[in-house]
Amino acid sequence: MSVAAEDTVTEAPAVEAVPKRAMTLGTGTSLVILAALLVTPVFVKNFVVFQMTMVMIYGIAVLALNILTGGSGQFSLGQSAFYALGAYTSAVLMENFNVNYALTLPIAGLVSFGAGYLFGKPALRLSGIYLALATFALAVAMPQLLKLHFLEHWTGGVQGLTVMKPDAPFGLPIGQDKWLYYFTLAISVAIYVGSVNLLRSRSGRAFMSIRDNEIAASAMGVDVAQYKTLAFGVSAGITGIAGGLSAIVVAFVAPDSYTINLAIALFLGMVVGGVGWLPGSFVGAAFIIFVPNIAESISKGLSGAVFGVLLFIVIFLVPHGARQVAIVAQQMLGKFKN
Amino acid sequence: MTAMLNVKDLRAYYGQVQALHGLSFALNEGSLTTLLGANGAGKTTTLRAICNMVRSTGAIEFEGKPLSGKSTENVVRLGIAHVPQGRGTFTTMTVEENLQLGAITRNDKKNIVSDIERMYDHFPVLKERHTQQAGTLSGGEQQMLAVARALMLRPRLMLLDEPSFGLAPLIVRDLFKILGKINREDKVTILVVEQNAQLALELADQAYVIETGKIVMSGNAKEIASNEDVRKSYLGY
Amino acid sequence: MELFTNQVLAGIATGAIYACMALAVVMIYQAIDHLNFAQGEMAMFSTFISWQLMQWGVPYWWSFLLTLAISFAGGILIERLLFKPLAKAPVLTNVAGFIALFAIVNSVAGLTWDFTIKQYPTPFGSAPFLGSQLISTHQAGMIGVTLLMLVGLYLFFQFTRIGLAMRAAAALPESARLVGVNTSWMIALGWGMASAIGAVAGILIAPVVFLEPNMMGGVLVYGFAAAVLGGLSSPLGAVIGGFLVGVFENLAGTYIPGVGNELKLPIALALIITVLVFKPAGLFGRAIVKRV
Repeated sequence: MSVAAEDTVTEAPAVEAVPKRAMTLGTGTSLVILAALLVTPVFVKNFVVFQMTMVMIYGIAVLALNILTGGSGQFSLGQSAFYALGAYTSAVLMENFNVNYALTLPIAGLVSFGAGYLFGKPALRLSGIYLALATFALAVAMPQLLKLHFLEHWTGGVQGLTVMKPDAPFGLPIGQDKWLYYFTLAISVAIYVGSVNLLRSRSGRAFMSIRDNEIAASAMGVDVAQYKTLAFGVSAGITGIAGGLSAIVVAFVAPDSYTINLAIALFLGMVVGGVGWLPGSFVGAAFIIFVPNIAESISKGLSGAVFGVLLFIVIFLVPHGARQVAIVAQQMLGKFKN
Repeated sequence: MTAMLNVKDLRAYYGQVQALHGLSFALNEGSLTTLLGANGAGKTTTLRAICNMVRSTGAIEFEGKPLSGKSTENVVRLGIAHVPQGRGTFTTMTVEENLQLGAITRNDKKNIVSDIERMYDHFPVLKERHTQQAGTLSGGEQQMLAVARALMLRPRLMLLDEPSFGLAPLIVRDLFKILGKINREDKVTILVVEQNAQLALELADQAYVIETGKIVMSGNAKEIASNEDVRKSYLGY
Repeated sequence: MELFTNQVLAGIATGAIYACMALAVVMIYQAIDHLNFAQGEMAMFSTFISWQLMQWGVPYWWSFLLTLAISFAGGILIERLLFKPLAKAPVLTNVAGFIALFAIVNSVAGLTWDFTIKQYPTPFGSAPFLGSQLISTHQAGMIGVTLLMLVGLYLFFQFTRIGLAMRAAAALPESARLVGVNTSWMIALGWGMASAIGAVAGILIAPVVFLEPNMMGGVLVYGFAAAVLGGLSSPLGAVIGGFLVGVFENLAGTYIPGVGNELKLPIALALIITVLVFKPAGLFGRAIVKRV
């Protein structure tokens, strides 16, 4: 123990480090879950299918935030803004320019990536709470930007835009909801696999080195500024795709769907799912979709309080979220087998 | 003379790393004791453990009262002043505010005012600069301010962590002279951690040598100074 | 020219609100190095408490004082129960805590007092101030109260022992403990004061924006903008920042075509980012030095 080192104050990392291997599920588990997801729509009602689709869409958005926070240690309370941007891009392209819905998604992703990259460019100089502050302001300001008068011709102003729900292609004999479920599932799987690979790649390692110790990372030659902006852009881009999907599936966009409350929900989804644990994103998404439904059915306006209380419970009791629960469950299962 | 501070089997930890391995020593009331040792031996940790600023086990008694479980500020309130490594100056505040902070636990307003004057007598340079921001002081002046701030507590025991660090030799001599005076005149028991062994041994009456978290030698400062091993390892001749 | 003076004065008047909010933000930031995202909601809740007291027949000024006391105690309670245990947790956990608090307070206010807007009285009246058409007596009162609060805080921090101890705890917690300051309670005290200051802001702004659970959302962003502009470490800066943001917002709304009312929040956003990028310490703050 060096005496000189005792008094040196180094800044604690923004988030607790997550072991790299623990960030994903094993192949076997993944395949079982995928199979279950493939057959479920056959057995359940359309409304449940719709809700599951929404879980996947929010799951993608939470995943995007997880890449940013769990991967590179940056914060964003402004994901709702990029989600909104993606949703509006898709909706406007479909309604005003008759672009095919599937084609709007990559464009929504690119637009959001661009916006995220540009926003991240100055924001990358900020760390921790300052970034949280800037993105918080972005989230609060976004609905107002969407209501702008001179954009009303395209965006529909306060009223928002109604979008045509697409039918299944090639005359497939399934309903709209089921088709959109499989469509969303395919995109979710693609994005999930892509994200896992991204975090395992050179860039992913660079992200994580920034998360764990920015100064050491820069000393090792990681271009911290570049990678932070990139992580921000990628996260925004994926969020934009989720937003675009939501516009297609919900068939409606309006400024007040994308308030700070959405950003809070996504943030909550990440914390509940476990920061840095990618599969947890979908657990968190299910949580933020079903819990408010239950809470609102008890009393109108209760969901915020329930969210808040649960968030505190998670912070105090299971700071690693669903990942921790999964690990404990695994251990108990192991004991049970013996 | 009775032991004022009694440390028994002190073990301290930084996370998983153990820094002190069962350290025992005692300070007599009114003594001026020095704790010597190389870089990383655990000197600073010992001082920090006394004030409960690191996780530690073992027994520390001050005037018969156990210190374990007390928060740092409550240890200080018992009359133990600690001048930390790096001096802990409140750089954005004025010199006078720093002194007032030293007396923040006291309620005797009148005496505080006269004590501040007394500090200005000890360290005239502080009086000259009393309205200046403490951060603008030189290293030596800041060290004097730190000592003065600690004395404002009217401590029974003062712990000093490498007061000579980064100071010019002449200034160190001055500072140590004042420490001796405080020890004799104000009856403040002093424990000073030093790397500058020669000066510390000249000043002190008791000495302990610490190596990798253990006391390896103790005794009268003069005897220690004449010990051959100490001479070779710490005095360099 | 008259339009210009008019807008500047109106800006200063709204700026007073932002200044109050920014003061509260700075108080917490000083104490724990975090931005309290629930600050606005706490202020809203305090305002509701004072409204409720008045509904029960308590006179205005008594309810004002009672609300300050309740808010002060409430702030301390929240810190002791919820945020003290998080003191050593990562930034993310703390941000999550603030967000949770935001959601709870907003929701509980909605459940208790529902989401309809309510009238809130002003003690200053709304006649033209000194016969001038430019600002009303309520606006003048707001400016006056804000300045009074600033002077009060200045005196408290400069000339009282507890103020000195709070400053020490904020500047160098470890050194503060070594002179015997109970830093943990200083933080709680900071929360209490921030909460009370927020209550004043809420009570001042409620007659203007009407009372409802979402009244502070936008105001908090302005408060942040003001605090960032003035420098997060300077109460004086926060107040000046508040007035500047108010004036800037009004002038931009008047003179930049296409801005109008609807772009005011995005302007605050742009301001926050611009300041953070070009002068992160703000106009009056100390530079933030990160030790490597």
